[in-house]
Amino acid sequence: MSGADIGRLLRPFAGLVVPIGAVIAALAVGAILLGIFGANPLTGYRELFTGAFGGPDELAATALKSTPLMLVGVGICIAFRAGVINIGGEGQIIMGAILATLVALAIPDIPRPLLVPLVMIAGGVGGGIWGAIPGALKAYSGVNEILSTIMMNIIAGFFLSFLLEDWLIEPGAIRIQQTKRLSHNADLPLLPGGTRLHLGIVVALIVAILGYLLLFRSSLGMRLRAVGHNPHASRSAGMKVELSITQALAFSGACAGIAGAVLVFGSESHRLIGEGGPLAFTQSAGFNGIVTALFGGLHPLFTVLSSYLFGGMLAGGISLQRAVQVPQALVIALNGVVVVFVVGSLKLRSRIQRWAEGDIQMEDRA
Amino acid sequence: MNDFFTVSIIIATLASGIRLAVPFLLAALGEAVGQRAGVLNLGVEGVMLIGAFAAYYTALESGSAAFGLLVGLAVGAIMGLIYAFITVVMHAEQGISGIGIYLFGLGFTDLLFQKLVGTPKPISGLQARPFEWLADDTGRVGELLLNHTVLTYVAFLLVPVVYFLITKTTFGLNVRAVGENPQAADTLGVNVNRIRTAAIIIGNTMAGLAGATLALEIGIFQQNLTAGRGFIAIALVYFGAWRPVGVMTGSLLFGIVSSTVLQLQVQDVFSGSVVPIANMAPAVLTVIVLVVVSRRIGQPAALTRPFTRDS
Repeated sequence: MSGADIGRLLRPFAGLVVPIGAVIAALAVGAILLGIFGANPLTGYRELFTGAFGGPDELAATALKSTPLMLVGVGICIAFRAGVINIGGEGQIIMGAILATLVALAIPDIPRPLLVPLVMIAGGVGGGIWGAIPGALKAYSGVNEILSTIMMNIIAGFFLSFLLEDWLIEPGAIRIQQTKRLSHNADLPLLPGGTRLHLGIVVALIVAILGYLLLFRSSLGMRLRAVGHNPHASRSAGMKVELSITQALAFSGACAGIAGAVLVFGSESHRLIGEGGPLAFTQSAGFNGIVTALFGGLHPLFTVLSSYLFGGMLAGGISLQRAVQVPQALVIALNGVVVVFVVGSLKLRSRIQRWAEGDIQMEDRA
Repeated sequence: MNDFFTVSIIIATLASGIRLAVPFLLAALGEAVGQRAGVLNLGVEGVMLIGAFAAYYTALESGSAAFGLLVGLAVGAIMGLIYAFITVVMHAEQGISGIGIYLFGLGFTDLLFQKLVGTPKPISGLQARPFEWLADDTGRVGELLLNHTVLTYVAFLLVPVVYFLITKTTFGLNVRAVGENPQAADTLGVNVNRIRTAAIIIGNTMAGLAGATLALEIGIFQQNLTAGRGFIAIALVYFGAWRPVGVMTGSLLFGIVSSTVLQLQVQDVFSGSVVPIANMAPAVLTVIVLVVVSRRIGQPAALTRPFTRDS
């Protein structure tokens, strides 16, 4: 069998080599770290896996952890496909959560079938505005969106603590940065099955499908992707590049903002909590969503799958910590390794793909 | 309110602004070197965290802050080598891989801190003040300029050093050449990848130093100790138009804004819920600065572009 034959056989799997390789590499780094801390890597990983996928409760816990990742990840797909790097998920989650909380505080008594969609939409609007600002700054003033979105994260974090320091703090309670228990009518209802899984996962799946339709089945999405592919050509073709960039970051922020609303109304305490800093509220989903989107090949539906996988790492990280006494911060570190491996191996990926298509010998000769 | 406007408090605020500018200055100077060579390193924050933890832990265990500083520097250099491999050899997208480095630094240092230290234990930082003996006799000027720790002087001394390195040496000429037009530099026999690797290692070493300085100055480590300073440092490179003096001006501005906010808190001008609003100031200022400078100044032409011979 010649190299070209093997290549033809492997062709359908060529796209999978990079993500799988990245996970194996990250797990290898994790195993080394576990070993250094005197924990048996195999025990650690078995605990991680059982904690993530070992039974109905574990599967539900994983789904809960993966919900914000899916929402942010879908948003990241939209932004990155339009050539806009959105690092502002954290801030967009927070602003979404704030606006949704304000709506629930303003109209607590309207019936649940109305209030739940309303607070989700409010989340989307809050996050969308927080995304549109750096989007417009990039489009119309040429401000680097990576830096501006990071600054918007910092601003949102302090804004959250400003609101909870005074205006929205639970009246009469000890001074913990949290609101009172929000309206019962805004609670995300639990799904049948006896687990803690709530409607948030359904919201995330709907958003993922809408994100897919937007990106790949609408003329708006076509324009966004065209701008991401080649802004100059898009401009020549008469597209409003500035508008597309702003829209991309607004949609991206809206997805993250809905994640913020889900984090508030799907939480067990049904409050907006700022205690412990903004990273404690967002669970770093604004950053981890970037990981799942990259891992899902910037495709909303694959991002759902990869988010579930990474949600499993987060859920399993707790079992890992309990079993081998290695803090779950390990999972965040490994997420960083995955990002580096995924983007670091793109050159390799194109080589593998060309090899699989039997072109590589030609290139070597040239 | 009136208390703020006494001369001694203004001097004290400015002096502490100079001190707070140091981590920004070190990290931003290093980032400027890397960007002049055409490589954007968004992982500064992560490298700072790693440098900070390395310095803190070494100082905690060995009792020597100076040794901690050296380890912080070394760890920064190692991170530079890794980042150079990722971006120069593997051609990774620089914006996103930098975020990967950040996440790694954030999680890894948190992990190490929880596992190795657990509860926050203070260390005695680098407190040597070389010109303290002069400060008493020189009144206000002494208070403002002569009462700082060694690292502050080192940081500001690095401004002319980096300026000289970039503008007056062959290495600096090569750095600028590969940042503006790597193909042309390559044609003239400059090893583009080697120059970029060197620039990245310099930048990351300085980021490690910035983190180490921060930890040794505060005398403690905690999760996310840097709290966005590394990202602000990157913005300061834009603010300073990739020039050491500009970067220094920006760092001083940010240091003084931060110290003013702190001072107003101490004076109870800002209290309660106003504090978080005041703490937004550096981030808001960064956004405004980016808006002002973005259209005015051209960045190195090959910034974020990986180098290949065949393009």
